[in-house]
Amino acid sequence: MAETPAAEKTQYQGQMHLLQKEMMGRYFERVTRAAEKGEGKAVYMLISGNPVELVQAFDLIPVYPEIDALQLAAKKSALPFILKAEELGYSMDNCAYVKADVGMFLGDRKTPFATIPLPSLILCNYVGCNVYLQWFEHLAEYCDGQLYNLDIPFLRDPSGVPSAEDVTYVVRQLEEVIEACERLTGKKLDYAKLKQIVSRSSETGQMWARIKALTKNLPSPFDAYFDSVTMMAPLYCLRGTEEGVRFFETALKEMEEKVRLGQGPLPQERFRFVIEGPPPWGHLRAFRDMFSKWGAVAVASTYSTVGGLWEFGFHHDANHPLESIAQHMLQWNVTNRNFLQRYQQLRRYVEEWHADALVIHSVKSCRLFSAGQGDMREYFTKELNVPTLLIESDLEDPRYFSEAQLKNRVDAFFESLEHKKMVRAGADAGGAA
Amino acid sequence: MTTVENIVSRYREPLENSPLDLVQDWKRTRPDAKIVGCYPVYTPVELIHAAGMLPVGVIGAGNRLEIAHADSRFQSFVCSIVKSTLELGLTDRLKFLDGMVFHSICDPARNLGSVFTRNFPDLMVEYIHFPQNMTSPHTVEYMLAEYKRIAVSYEKLARRKITDEALSNSIALYNTQRRLMRELYAIRHATPQNLSTVECYVLTRIGTLLPAEEHIAILEEAIPQLRQRNEKPKDRIRVVLEGSFCEQPPLELLEGLEAAGCYILDDDFVIGWRWFAEDIPTDGDPMRNLANAYLNRSVYSGVKHDTREPKSKHLIDKFKDARADAVLILAAKFCEPALFDYALYKRALEKEGIPHLCLEFEEKMWIFDKARTEVETFVESMLFD
Repeated sequence: MAETPAAEKTQYQGQMHLLQKEMMGRYFERVTRAAEKGEGKAVYMLISGNPVELVQAFDLIPVYPEIDALQLAAKKSALPFILKAEELGYSMDNCAYVKADVGMFLGDRKTPFATIPLPSLILCNYVGCNVYLQWFEHLAEYCDGQLYNLDIPFLRDPSGVPSAEDVTYVVRQLEEVIEACERLTGKKLDYAKLKQIVSRSSETGQMWARIKALTKNLPSPFDAYFDSVTMMAPLYCLRGTEEGVRFFETALKEMEEKVRLGQGPLPQERFRFVIEGPPPWGHLRAFRDMFSKWGAVAVASTYSTVGGLWEFGFHHDANHPLESIAQHMLQWNVTNRNFLQRYQQLRRYVEEWHADALVIHSVKSCRLFSAGQGDMREYFTKELNVPTLLIESDLEDPRYFSEAQLKNRVDAFFESLEHKKMVRAGADAGGAA
Repeated sequence: MTTVENIVSRYREPLENSPLDLVQDWKRTRPDAKIVGCYPVYTPVELIHAAGMLPVGVIGAGNRLEIAHADSRFQSFVCSIVKSTLELGLTDRLKFLDGMVFHSICDPARNLGSVFTRNFPDLMVEYIHFPQNMTSPHTVEYMLAEYKRIAVSYEKLARRKITDEALSNSIALYNTQRRLMRELYAIRHATPQNLSTVECYVLTRIGTLLPAEEHIAILEEAIPQLRQRNEKPKDRIRVVLEGSFCEQPPLELLEGLEAAGCYILDDDFVIGWRWFAEDIPTDGDPMRNLANAYLNRSVYSGVKHDTREPKSKHLIDKFKDARADAVLILAAKFCEPALFDYALYKRALEKEGIPHLCLEFEEKMWIFDKARTEVETFVESMLFD
């Protein structure tokens, strides 16, 4: 049996992480001021394929209940809210993001990171996830708020692209969202301003794509799962702003420098894996350490493409702002793509990012991600011969994180990968002799 | 004349054992006929029928099918119907189907559509995205485009054009079927002692498996007989049942609920096949009529998010309309739409002071004592408090 290596922890805290902390701190201050002092109006939205550009164009404040929920989990304060929601009638089996958020929403909306304002508009960008519809329907009932269901037709055609009618339908709805924002702010849309914001989104998307391509390097300069989440908050909350552009310039420069120096997130990169599924926010550190101890680095992740999929060539087009926002929502994010398109996305990651394995983190809360991942495993192991590990926990609910069990599974998997590597190295050496 | 008792006993056993056997029996005598399976909840079956094919409801496998393969593809926290449907496919029990259509009802059902596409390459697998923006004036155009797209797919499979005339005729046919089912439910509404829940269920569910013409003939024979019945009402509470719009509860469970002391005056079993509260117009552009009807004439449902009126208002209206004593929520285990709805229903029912009970079921369940005891306790608390 191979010796279990001692735990290796990443100590890396670059400029990017500091800047993220500072910018997100400012964002949450703005959110809190809206709640406590009535400065500005909040628009609730969902992360998947979010049309944040429209909200920025009206200087409204984007508030994402998913980010609030994941922050609650990360700060280990989700469980009391989940329990409160369950007391109100939510099931053990309902998505815990929703339960944590509802529990928080129905109280004083004070959290360890911000006070959450009531929504002036509840914009349900229904991009893939069906629970989104329920979630915002519930919030609207609880606060008697204005709800708009922005319906995004799912990618259901074998071609994998939306039809012209799908695009028209979304653009027409975006125009209605603009009208709703105009009523809310008493201002007409400044089209030139929208174009400028979309242009910044385009720049941001292109930089993000370049950053993600850097993990094709050996070693990978950062972990495309655990470090990507650092970059995702600015991508959703600050996309389209100057600040957001500055963040991504800094991140890109820093990561390019790491590539030049041959540095990775771990002292030694021994395994490269692709990971599917959202992270267990309440136990991110413990989860990361399970992989770090094996020198395993995530070189690509589907989770980092929930809000948008930029690494395969898409970027916003300032000359066609509404059409490109529609394209982003319809086609260029993982959640609105069908399950088989996700298999192909993962396959590209494994092949083009030179990964040794696929790890599927199956979370109970998010069935959009998880339902059917056993079939995905079947495809990767049987059809493509890619070593695949399927593990289960949750993204929010701490009751579903069984650390010892997960550790055993991860250890057994990498042990067997290591064994295969040794056998292969032995065979190669034998062949060369 | 075939009696209602005979009809129910003729069909009850296949419905409990293996519902799709009824379709296979039909196919044996018509080997060239094409059949499209419809996953819950609502399918515009007229489009399939107008292409000369038979639409049939593939609504789970009941509690007699052992899940031996599908549970390695779908996790323990996914509802039973997703797994039983895949199991039917993986054990070659859907070979008689030419196509299968899924809809945007929930996340597992959507992924199941993709898993079907990968695992059964010979089957035409379609997916309809039903709009969730019910207020935009542009939605109907989107829907029309979606129906045109799906119609092309059916035409390819059937090798036959869907003409306006054929579609209008299909709409008229299914209008008749739905109208008769509304009549059936009206009988139960007015005189629940004359039509048991299981009888009503069997008479309805066979409509998802037989050609509409045959189902219509059966209902036309049954309904006058039911109107002649004159049973004495029992000392039971009157309830409306909600939450079983997709996965279907075992018939033994329904019997148990009634025996525990409830008249179930209204429910949402196989609601997708009873989707319209009134006829769809047959004059004018039939496809537009079909699309318009979805937006403006369909019943409320946990899988349709109409911001014009809260679902709980509809449930309370249904309760009042039935002059019921209580609401029974019967939700499939792990069914996120039904379980989320319950939170809103509970709040609204409490506000109105309407007694209610929430039970979870699984199509594969075998033991009903616990559910029965819970309902008995609930009924007793209502009758004697």
